[in-house]
Amino acid sequence: MAVKCIQGDYPSVHMDSVDRFHGNQLVYVGWDHHTSICTANAYPLPPEMPFGALTAAVLPSVLAPHPDFAHIDWSKVEWILDGQAFTPDMGKSLKENGVGHKSLIRFKTPGLNGYQGTGN
Amino acid sequence: MAKKLNMRKRYELLTRGLGWEPSYQSKDKVFAQEAYEGIKITDWSKWEDPFRLTADAYWKYQAEKDKKLYAVMDSFAQNNAHLNLADASYVNALKLFIQGVSPLEYAAHRNFARLARQFSGEGAQIACQMQSIDELRHAQTQIHTISHYNKHFHGMHDPFHMFDRVWYLSVPKSYFDDASAAGPFEYITSVSFSFEYLLTNLLFVPFMSGAAYNGDMATVTFGFSAQSDESRHMTLGLEIIKFLLEQHEDNLPIVQGWIDKHFWRAYRLLGLVAMMQDYFLPESPMSWKEGWQIYFVENAGALFNDLGRYGLKMPKYHEIATAEADHISHQVFGIFYNYIHAAAFNLGLPSEQKMNWLSEKYPDTFDKYYRPRMEMWAEMAKDGKRFFNMGLPQLCQVCQIPMGFTEIAKGDPMQVAYRVSEFKGEKFHTCSDGCKDIFDHEPEKYVNAWLPVHQIFQGNCGGAAVPDVLNWYHFHPEDGGDYAGSADEARWKAMKGAVTTESTETTKPIQADAA
Repeated sequence: MAVKCIQGDYPSVHMDSVDRFHGNQLVYVGWDHHTSICTANAYPLPPEMPFGALTAAVLPSVLAPHPDFAHIDWSKVEWILDGQAFTPDMGKSLKENGVGHKSLIRFKTPGLNGYQGTGN
Repeated sequence: MAKKLNMRKRYELLTRGLGWEPSYQSKDKVFAQEAYEGIKITDWSKWEDPFRLTADAYWKYQAEKDKKLYAVMDSFAQNNAHLNLADASYVNALKLFIQGVSPLEYAAHRNFARLARQFSGEGAQIACQMQSIDELRHAQTQIHTISHYNKHFHGMHDPFHMFDRVWYLSVPKSYFDDASAAGPFEYITSVSFSFEYLLTNLLFVPFMSGAAYNGDMATVTFGFSAQSDESRHMTLGLEIIKFLLEQHEDNLPIVQGWIDKHFWRAYRLLGLVAMMQDYFLPESPMSWKEGWQIYFVENAGALFNDLGRYGLKMPKYHEIATAEADHISHQVFGIFYNYIHAAAFNLGLPSEQKMNWLSEKYPDTFDKYYRPRMEMWAEMAKDGKRFFNMGLPQLCQVCQIPMGFTEIAKGDPMQVAYRVSEFKGEKFHTCSDGCKDIFDHEPEKYVNAWLPVHQIFQGNCGGAAVPDVLNWYHFHPEDGGDYAGSADEARWKAMKGAVTTESTETTKPIQADAA
C-alpha cells in the first residue's frame, strides 16, 4: 500500500542502494543458535571475493572469540542463503554463489549449539 | 465594570470563540493537512478537553511547579547531593535518559506546535499548544536537572548532537521521525495515544522509581513536576481516540492501523528502558516484566475492554510483546554488552546478587538461557578475553535496533528472528512480524531510513575506523566501555573517599577540567 501524500508520490530514496558502497555489496552473516553474538553482522564485501574468504578471514574477525568457533568443521556446516538451504562453492565468488546485495547468509553448526548447548 | 468570568466560561471563549471562518482563502487551503490521511471530522465542536485549562491558569500552575523544582535543584547542587546516590553506576540510567528521551521531549514540543497549526478545531489547537509548551518545559527541566550530573560524570555533554548521529539513539529518533513525517492525525494517535497513553508509565515509572530507590532526589522532583502534565497528555490521548471514532465510522480502520503500528514501534523503543530497568539500577524497584504486567497487560487490557464499544481492538502483536517480556531486557543487555565500546554510557555483567534477583523475577528464562551467557562472558573476561563484537550489527529497517530479537513465539528463543521484504528489487530486513508489517504497509517511507551501520560503510560518519565514528558522535574515549575500571567508577571512588591519592584532582567537576 502506498504512503498517503498531500500531493504527488511520496519522495522515496533507496538509501542503501548498492552503488553507494564503493564497489562493495552488503552481506549479512549470522550464526544460528549462538545468541551471545547478539546479531548477524553486516559486512561490505567485494562481489568477486571468493566465498572461501568468508570462512577464512571475514567471519573469524568477529566470531573467533566464541569458544565454539575453533571447533567448527566447515565441511559439515549447513548454509542458508536468503531463506533457502544451499551449498556454497568455496572457490567461486560471492556473486557466482548467488550472494547479492543485502543477502542474508545463515549457518548452522550441528553439534555446536553454543555455550554448554544453551544457544549462547 | 465587566463581571469577572469564571474559568469554565473563559475556557469556552478561548476554545470556541477564537475561531473564525476564513474569507480570503478556502478553509481547505488554510488547513491543508487535515483531510489527506482519510480522517473525517464532521463537527470539531464535539471536541471535549476534560481539563479545560485556560492560559492564565496554565501559567500559574506551571510557574508554581517550576519554583519548587528549581529550589530542589539548587539545594541538590549546593549539597553535592550526587554523593548520596546508591552507586555511581546508577548515573548510566540518566545518561540513557538525557541522550535518548530528552530529545524526544523537544521533538514533541515542535510537533505539537505543528498540530496546533494544522488542526482546524480551536479546542484541539489550544490543547496542542499547551502540550507543546509542556514538552519544551520537560526538555528544559531535564537538561537543567541532569546538568548537575554532567559536571561530575561522563557521557552527558552533548546529547542533542549525539541523538542525531549515534547508532543506538537512531532507535528513539527514527520512531519519532516516523511520527513527525506523518500527518497530524497519525502523529497524535502515535504520540498521544500509543506512546503517552498506552506506554508512558513503562517509560517514566522505571526511571522515576529507579531514581527514588537509588537516592536521586533531583530526578524524582522533575518526574513529579512533569507528572501532572503527563496525566493531562494521557487524557488528551484517550480523548482524541474517542473523538476520532465518534466522528465517523470510516475512521475506525485507519485509527486501528495507526495504533497497531505505533504500539509496536513504541514497544520496540522501550526495549532500551527494559535493559535500563533490569540491569542499570543498583537498587531495582520492579522488573520490566512486572511493569509490563501492571501497566500494559492489566491497564491496557481494561482500557481496550472499554474501547471495544467503538470497535477498537488490542494492538496487533500485543501477545508477542507480552511473551517477549521474559526475554527482552536480557536480549537488549546482550546487544549492549557486545557493543559497549561504542556507547556513551557504561555497563557491566550483573553481580551474583543481581543475577539472583533476575532469577527470581524471571524464573522461566533467566537461569535457563541468560545466566549461562553471563557465566560464559565472565569466564572469557577472567581469561583476559572480554568479548566485544568487533563487527557492525545487522539493523532492522524499521526499528533500527540490531537484529537480536528471537523466535520466542515460535518456541525457539535462542534463534534470532529474521524477516525480509523485497521492494523495487532490493531486500529489506526486519526483526519481527511487527516491524515487517510496518515496512510492507509503507515501503516507500522506510527505504528512506538512515541506518547508522550502512551509513558508516558508505563513509558518511567521520571515517572507517570505530574511533573516527565515535569522534564524529562527539563521544570522548572515557564515555563508553565497562563500568568496572571506567573513569566514572574511579571518580566515584575518589569522591567517596575510597581512594586518597589525587582525590582533589579527580573529584573536581569535569567541566572545570575542560575549561
